[in-house]
Amino acid sequence: METIDLTLIWALIIALGVFMYVLMDGFDLGVGILFPYAPGDTARDIMMNTVAPVWDGNETWLVLGGAGLLGAFPMVYSILLPAMYLPVLVMLVALIFRGVAFEFRFKAKQSKWLWDVSFTVGSTLAAFSQGVILGAFIQGFEVVDGAYAGGMFDWLSPFSIMTGLGLVAGYALVGCAWIIMKTTGDVREWAYSIAHRLLYVTLFAIVVVSVWTPLMHDAIAQRWFSLPNFFYFMPVPVITAGLAVVFYRALLQRRDYLPFFCALGLYILSYTGLAISLWPHVIQPDITLWEAASAPESQLFLLLGVLFTLPIILGYTTWTYWVFRGKVTEHSAGYH
Amino acid sequence: MDLDPLLLSRIQFAFVISWHIIFPAFTIGLASYIAVLEGLYFKTNNPTYLRLSKFWIKIFAVSFGMGVVSGIVMSFQFGTNWSEFAYASANFMGPVLSYEVVTAFFLEATFLGVLLFGRDKVPQGAHLLAAIMVAVGTFISSFWILAANSWMQTPAGVEMVDGVFRVTSWIEAIFNPSFPYRLVHMVMAAFLTTGFFVVGVSAWYLLKGRATESARVMLSMTLWLLLVLAPAQVFVGDMHGLNTLEHQPQKVAAMEGNWETQSHAPLLLFAIPDSEAETNHFEIGIPSLASIILKHHADGVVPGLKDWAPEDRPVVGVTFWSFRVMVGIGFLMVAVVLIGLVLRLRGRLFDAAWFHRVCVGMLPLSFVAVLAGWLTTETGRFPWVVHGLMRVEDAVTPALTGGVVLASLLVYIAVYAVVFLAGAYYIVKIIQAGPDREDVPAGEDTQEELRRRPSRPLSAVDQTFDTPE
Ligand code: HDD
Ligand code: HEM
Ligand code: HEM
Repeated sequence: METIDLTLIWALIIALGVFMYVLMDGFDLGVGILFPYAPGDTARDIMMNTVAPVWDGNETWLVLGGAGLLGAFPMVYSILLPAMYLPVLVMLVALIFRGVAFEFRFKAKQSKWLWDVSFTVGSTLAAFSQGVILGAFIQGFEVVDGAYAGGMFDWLSPFSIMTGLGLVAGYALVGCAWIIMKTTGDVREWAYSIAHRLLYVTLFAIVVVSVWTPLMHDAIAQRWFSLPNFFYFMPVPVITAGLAVVFYRALLQRRDYLPFFCALGLYILSYTGLAISLWPHVIQPDITLWEAASAPESQLFLLLGVLFTLPIILGYTTWTYWVFRGKVTEHSAGYH
Repeated sequence: MDLDPLLLSRIQFAFVISWHIIFPAFTIGLASYIAVLEGLYFKTNNPTYLRLSKFWIKIFAVSFGMGVVSGIVMSFQFGTNWSEFAYASANFMGPVLSYEVVTAFFLEATFLGVLLFGRDKVPQGAHLLAAIMVAVGTFISSFWILAANSWMQTPAGVEMVDGVFRVTSWIEAIFNPSFPYRLVHMVMAAFLTTGFFVVGVSAWYLLKGRATESARVMLSMTLWLLLVLAPAQVFVGDMHGLNTLEHQPQKVAAMEGNWETQSHAPLLLFAIPDSEAETNHFEIGIPSLASIILKHHADGVVPGLKDWAPEDRPVVGVTFWSFRVMVGIGFLMVAVVLIGLVLRLRGRLFDAAWFHRVCVGMLPLSFVAVLAGWLTTETGRFPWVVHGLMRVEDAVTPALTGGVVLASLLVYIAVYAVVFLAGAYYIVKIIQAGPDREDVPAGEDTQEELRRRPSRPLSAVDQTFDTPE
């Protein structure tokens, strides 16, 4: 099997899975984060109806990320999760609260506000803890003999808090762009009115994290700032800046669809930047992809299944998005 | 006091998985039931089927939601609390669980959206397809997760290399010795659970004199199914036990509460096993029956727990009693469906109120049987995570401290108490509100209106929620 590097393919698949998750659950968590600021209860109903038919499928990418990690990079799975015991706990509990809110909210009358809170707090905490996990992942872990050897609070640092807040802002931005795309009238107006601020905050977070990361690990600074790398990687920040401008103008010109795709672009670019920084280490500072990989026969067995099913999944996922395409209004079928 | 992370992790795992399995046990059967109702409506255009389907979809939506959120917790538990096990078994468990995601979870989750919200957005055929896909997804899911669990019970197709399992044969590992039995037994358990739920709800309506037409259809239809399934489950369970005797004899010894290896082993109806003294107190048994069941001969020699060192024995008390609870409920189910048949033959199925009360009483018992079955299986595997190959104390995450596990356990208990009790409350509310009203004549207009109304527990039902009756 020397000819094909399965580990590399798996790294790409996991990266794709995580990206799909961050993008898709990103916008529905973002809707949850913005929930309390919406102009009124009808607006909230509409917002929820824009994501109700798809959130479950979106969240499944997270499950794929977890299971795929176990299948392809067991060392990462078995170091990351113990090291992240508490943030993962918070994330799971938060996902429970926001998940059941979909079902319960429309059944409650007097206790409806309770599930509103559950939806918002759940979405926000889930986003925050995912950001913290990302930050801690960039920081690295104390590992002895392939097992996590640090304490239960090692993840806690100013940097991980920063990435946590950054991700909340990022999710809120893509959620806002989603609302602009999927609604009309008051709800859309309101979303337009807050989009600029969310864009600034998100850009600020991207800049801070981008500067902070190389300061933390010398190797990452080397990666970016040595020649000729500097010129190879320069396009990433440059395109990011350009995209920010396009995003800004799209908001000004009220192009309902463009902001969402700009947000998507920002995600892809941040993601690429991160990949450049970390490559080829999956556990900072020094465990590489290949050291963390599972057995080749396991990677191959799983790859066959994934190559076969992933196009089908993408196919029917696209179909459901197509079924629920278009603007959602007060009068659309949904949970009323 | 020293908090033991291992013990606390075990308690936590038992707690979260027990909550989780309650929902699959119900949704696996219900998904198929809804698909059948949608199919019947598609064929006959009879509005009763539509009404019933819409009613059950509301309940399904709530339980499925709770199944999903509690399932997500499960897929991270392996890493957070059992990282050594996760690492060692990843070459097998990783692909199997990933296959579950790509072949089942995406299917269920994606088509669920169309099933719940798409009735007026897609052609009726596509909506039926969505119902079928969700049902198929739950079966595929059971297939993979039970392959994973069965492999932990009766591992095969792997070898240990440098502290991790390497798969030598995927076929042998997936279709390991206990898998076929466990798959059939569990899927049937899920159908029984749903079946008794539907029967219980219909019987309750009949007792209250409400929604009678729908209730009769449901009761009659479902009792026919249970008439086949309940006795079949006893038969399958017996075969399952014989298989266990072959591959995990110490588990059977614990299930039977049998300490000495002996022929003419009695079947104990009651006993209090005492692991310290290696004996039972207050035994009441039927002589030789255990030998007859397990070896089909009174002279058959049945293994006893003393054949194993004390530290290699399962949790005898729990295994012994949960097994009895499950089997007891199994026979009770057979009795109920037989009585149902007799009443039906006498034409009294719909007006024997005492029988309807029994049916309502059976509703929670099938959940109890499922939990008891899993308790038997899992505590009977102790002290092994992977039977004969990896012990629980080698499986637990080394970095854990008792304090954090206790904290997480308390958090789960608090959260699950709030969330799942609220869910149960809403399900009860939906049941109380009942299927759509029957006094409306089923003309073209009403049918059209019925079809168009969104399917989640909404409009018509909503008005009754939280308002004083
Ligand atoms: C025999 C059936 C069965 C058993 C033993 C389990 N599950 Fe389960 N699980 C299902 C049957 C199921 C299901 C029927 O497919 C569910 C229930 C309701 C649902 O939403 O799908 C589900 C949901 C579900 C989900 C959410 C899927 C989604 O996003 O749609 C996850 C991640 C898991 N499960 C994971 C697990 C793990 C890690 C288990 C073992 C430790 C486990 N389940 C035991
Ligand atoms: C869904 C129904 C299930 C129930 C009700 C259940 C119940 C339990 C219980 C009660 C324990 C604690 C036993 C003890 O420590 O004495 C346990 C342990 C465990 N189970 Fe299960 N289980 C189920 C399914 C599964 C599945 C499908 C898997 C794996 C794919 C699994 C893997 C484990 C592991 C890893 C442990 C911890 C090790 C141990 O304590 O033995 N279980 N389970
Ligand atoms: C009276 C007839 C029954 C017999 C003889 C029987 C037998 C068994 C045995 C021997 C096991 C343990 C297998 C092992 O761990 O290796 C088991 C497990 C189990 N049983 Fe039963 N059972 C019966 C009825 C039921 C009923 C009525 C239900 C639920 C409705 C049920 C649900 C389960 C479940 C969920 C498990 C755990 C999963 C598994 O190992 O299959 N059983 N049963």
